[in-house]
Amino acid sequence: MRTRSLVGVCVLVGFLTFFPSGWVQAQTIMIGINAELTGDIPKVGEGTKFAAQMWLEDVKAAGGLAVEGKKYPVKLIIEDNESKAESAVKAATKMITEDGVLVMVGPQASKQAVPAGGIANNYKTTMITPWSTNPDSTKDRPYVFRACFLDPFQGPVLANFITSEFKFTKAAVLYDVASDYPKGLAEFFKKAWEERHGKGSVVAYESFTTKDTDFSSQLTKIINSGAQVLFTPQYYNEVALIVQQAHQLGWKKPIVGSDSWGSAETVTLCGKDCYGLFFSTHYAAAGATGATKAFIDRYKAKHGYVPDDVAALTWDAMQLVQKAIQDTGGLTGDLKKDRDNVRAAMGRIKKFKGITGEMTFSGGGDPSKCAVIVRISDKGQFEFYKSACP
Amino acid sequence: MAIFLQNLVNALQWGSFYALIALGYSMVYSILMLFNFAHGDIFMVGAYIGVGVSMALIALASWGAVDLPNWLILVLTILFSMFLTSFVGMIVERVGYRPLRNAPRASAAITGLMIGIILETGNLALLGARRISFPSLIATATYDVGGVFVTNKKIMIVLVSLLLALALHLFVRRTKWGMAIRAMAFDVSVVPLMGVPLNGMIALTFALGSALAAAAGILFGVAYPVLDPYMGILFGWKAFVAAILGGRGSVMGATLAGFLLGFTEIFVAMIFPSTLRDLIAYSIILLILTVRPHGFFGEPYSARLRL
Repeated sequence: MRTRSLVGVCVLVGFLTFFPSGWVQAQTIMIGINAELTGDIPKVGEGTKFAAQMWLEDVKAAGGLAVEGKKYPVKLIIEDNESKAESAVKAATKMITEDGVLVMVGPQASKQAVPAGGIANNYKTTMITPWSTNPDSTKDRPYVFRACFLDPFQGPVLANFITSEFKFTKAAVLYDVASDYPKGLAEFFKKAWEERHGKGSVVAYESFTTKDTDFSSQLTKIINSGAQVLFTPQYYNEVALIVQQAHQLGWKKPIVGSDSWGSAETVTLCGKDCYGLFFSTHYAAAGATGATKAFIDRYKAKHGYVPDDVAALTWDAMQLVQKAIQDTGGLTGDLKKDRDNVRAAMGRIKKFKGITGEMTFSGGGDPSKCAVIVRISDKGQFEFYKSACP
Repeated sequence: MAIFLQNLVNALQWGSFYALIALGYSMVYSILMLFNFAHGDIFMVGAYIGVGVSMALIALASWGAVDLPNWLILVLTILFSMFLTSFVGMIVERVGYRPLRNAPRASAAITGLMIGIILETGNLALLGARRISFPSLIATATYDVGGVFVTNKKIMIVLVSLLLALALHLFVRRTKWGMAIRAMAFDVSVVPLMGVPLNGMIALTFALGSALAAAAGILFGVAYPVLDPYMGILFGWKAFVAAILGGRGSVMGATLAGFLLGFTEIFVAMIFPSTLRDLIAYSIILLILTVRPHGFFGEPYSARLRL
């Protein structure tokens, strides 16, 4: 008993001698990373984590984050949201109320970002989602930003692209009705397509629910509907299954997707079936130059594969966060005030040169930027095909 | 007509998985009056073991140690994985269910759910959350039969499933061990008095069910080559419905009900908006169960179950 309490005292003394030195130093800037590390889209979480850690390396190498001549140490609070809305909310609440983060980066997918954005806004903490393209993530939420374009923007861009590239007039859509992102995008695409080709020009509008693996019935309907092109705004694991099954059921026409296709896993899982298909996205790794290329090379050297758009957008989001913190004109040490200042600074960012394009925030949390149409090459690489600006 | 036939082909493939998994549920239930809720996850484990076995065989073949054509690798993968997964089933029984054999059924059911979660998250911890693609052992050949597209994989899946169901049926009907299983389904407390090893026979039942689930897992990997640790949950639930629908303990019933479930899902999606697929499909199943609560081949509660 006596030895135990003696050990306890020693530990306590140890804590007291070593810890306060940390407190007296400059306050640590906490940045929350709310990522999809497990669950349906783990590759997305992995890209998020790797890009954020690369940013942290840079900051550490510079001796901390310099704000008005003062260097602050930075700590990342990385939380797993399991690709679930509930867990994203839980992670957001924890990092804002317990860890005291200054800014939260993520969640990535709209399914998580929409509910988590509500939490961030309620607690008046700046949140930036690198990848969520659903309008609801930032809508009426002054504290929520994003680093990418919006679903409503991708819908018309793709409808335009298919119309001008293939001269098609009849399209089919296959989407997951239980997930915010595909459902939203399917609706925007349908609206845009019907504006161009008249009512009823979307000849098949089929859906399924998350975790379904067999789409044969829906695809049979689509194939027999006379559609000339299939649009499927799904995530990479479903893309592989949909494309392969469509081909096995005799579909030989183009299949077009959205930025959710842009994962390094798409081609790994889908194989040759996906070669030659198109999708719209935020950036194309093949043929990149300048800072984009530098990022890609560094990421590839470290993790052994070409970063996908999630990683690139997360990188940009981290830079935006850094710029916003530096633009505040100094941290007060009062978390509530600092969070407000960061929000105001981020809303003022103009002509920011990100690796996924130039971004300008002009009121509201959505930047104006361009989309890229990518073709999956015959070697399975994502090749730049066309740029599509608003 | 072509659309109808195409969907018939689609449904045959889809129903095969339900049928094979439902058989495992049904077997265990007939003896222990217990639904092994970890069964859907054993299907998942089987698929992953299949990936491991096939990769090992591919590696062996590429070293030139043995000359293995790809179709043979697939056959060996199915057999080895069935063998290995049957041990997983037996371990689950030994660890999870045997200590609770005289406990209330609810305890065993809860244990089953827990074991399922352990298998899912254990896999997650072991292999990480990334999707695993099943090695493509046979190239897909698509045949156009008068507007109906059939692939070699679809034909193989349906044939192998039917073959396995038939094999189980014959095993249960024609062998001594099968007779013991049927007798135990009739009265589990009397049969051991005749010198039949109770624990051994229960382990055998779990082994058989798990082996079939493993076969389903590998066939699933062949048709839908994207595997994730949670793939067994939904399949487990739906196959459980098929087992009930088939009549508890009936090999024929479970097989038929599995296919019926596949047909219902596919054809509902053909006729109605696909958004309403599961809602309508399972309402139909519910209606059938209202009329025949003991399933197609099951007997009302008073009589015990038969195989």
